[in-house]
Amino acid sequence: MPDLPGYRRPYPGTQPNHLHPPYVSSIQRAPSKPPVYLPHTLSEVTGPLFDSSIIDPKACDLTRQHHGEPLGERIILSGRVLDENGRPVSHTLIEIWQANAAGRYQHKVDQHDAPLDPNFTGCGHTLTDANGHYRFVTIRPGEYPWKNHYNAWRPAHIHFSLFGPAFATRLVTQMYFPGDPLLPFDPIFNCTADEKARNRLVSVFDWETTLPERALGYKFDIILSGRLATPWEK
Amino acid sequence: MSLQATTSQTVGPFFLIGLEWLFTDNLAGPGVSGERVEIAGRVLDAHGQGVPDAMLELWQANAQGKYAHPEDTQAKSVEPGFLGYGRVPTAEDGTFRFTTIKPGRVPGPHGKLQAPHIVVSVFMRGLLRRLITRIYFPDDATNCEDFALNLVESNRRGTLMARKSTKRDGLLEWNVVLQGPEETVFFDC
Repeated sequence: MPDLPGYRRPYPGTQPNHLHPPYVSSIQRAPSKPPVYLPHTLSEVTGPLFDSSIIDPKACDLTRQHHGEPLGERIILSGRVLDENGRPVSHTLIEIWQANAAGRYQHKVDQHDAPLDPNFTGCGHTLTDANGHYRFVTIRPGEYPWKNHYNAWRPAHIHFSLFGPAFATRLVTQMYFPGDPLLPFDPIFNCTADEKARNRLVSVFDWETTLPERALGYKFDIILSGRLATPWEK
Repeated sequence: MSLQATTSQTVGPFFLIGLEWLFTDNLAGPGVSGERVEIAGRVLDAHGQGVPDAMLELWQANAQGKYAHPEDTQAKSVEPGFLGYGRVPTAEDGTFRFTTIKPGRVPGPHGKLQAPHIVVSVFMRGLLRRLITRIYFPDDATNCEDFALNLVESNRRGTLMARKSTKRDGLLEWNVVLQGPEETVFFDC
């Protein structure tokens, strides 16, 4: 079969380096040698595609996974997944996970002295629709302390995992909330040199998806690597 | 001017909450054709300590060298029950394992076949974006002509090669070494 076009590489400064010393865990875990440039082959332009058979339809509403309602401020989290060429990424798997309203994860490693919520697990998944839209109902996660440095606190955030159409488009990221006073101090949020790229991780308050008497809406659009036009373009 | 891909962020220490539901350590169910292999190893940090909170994702073709994906237009068939995707966490001591079948050869640049390989993403707390590497198979006669292996300095190629275990037949060992003299080759891709 003929060579297939690859996917675009990141614009300079828009993706983090592996080593970012203010994020202390990166020091022991970032590779010390430069990566070897690999042209994309069939192995990288293909990737797992998941269909609705694996999807739990209830998994997009994190407030209805238990008998009671979780504590905290209910929010509607929605957006579109597009590629760098502006095309919607349809029927792609999105997974999210987050702390509860008190800033505690339902995870054995999280020892933060804040209450667990028996009505909140903090995980969800869904597929984008034909136009790349997704929507979750959840609660706004709390900020929480971590041990990166003295008096370190993570801004409120929700983890996102996306596949897109290919191995090359895989993305794991975090979404933040507008106006969070901790953002300027967070080494993870600030790991990317390009300020505009960084700020695109901050969701936008959205009247259109806000439900009267029910929940505030936040919009978060996600862009995955775009396909090149020809196999030979770099 | 096109859009720019969203910035990657670390998977963090609590990914189990969101990603465990899709853990898959047996890629090939009953009846899937091909040579069965079990691959086991450890993820090791700069001090040689096992990384207890890492996750590997695997992607591979079936035994005929066909990916379960519409971009693979080779005249070969996909197999029911074989997606070619795996997702495994590391244990407290940094170990992981999965079972699969040895993939067939797939086309590389200019249609020249690549040696059998599995592409791997590595995620963990401390990594702001994933690491990408490949697993190749020991004693495969086509390894010496593989284009990706030949992009790598010869003294580092061994880090991409699974080794036959002396513990039992069919078991292969392959480690992910994050730093140091034995550092695994990672790809910019």
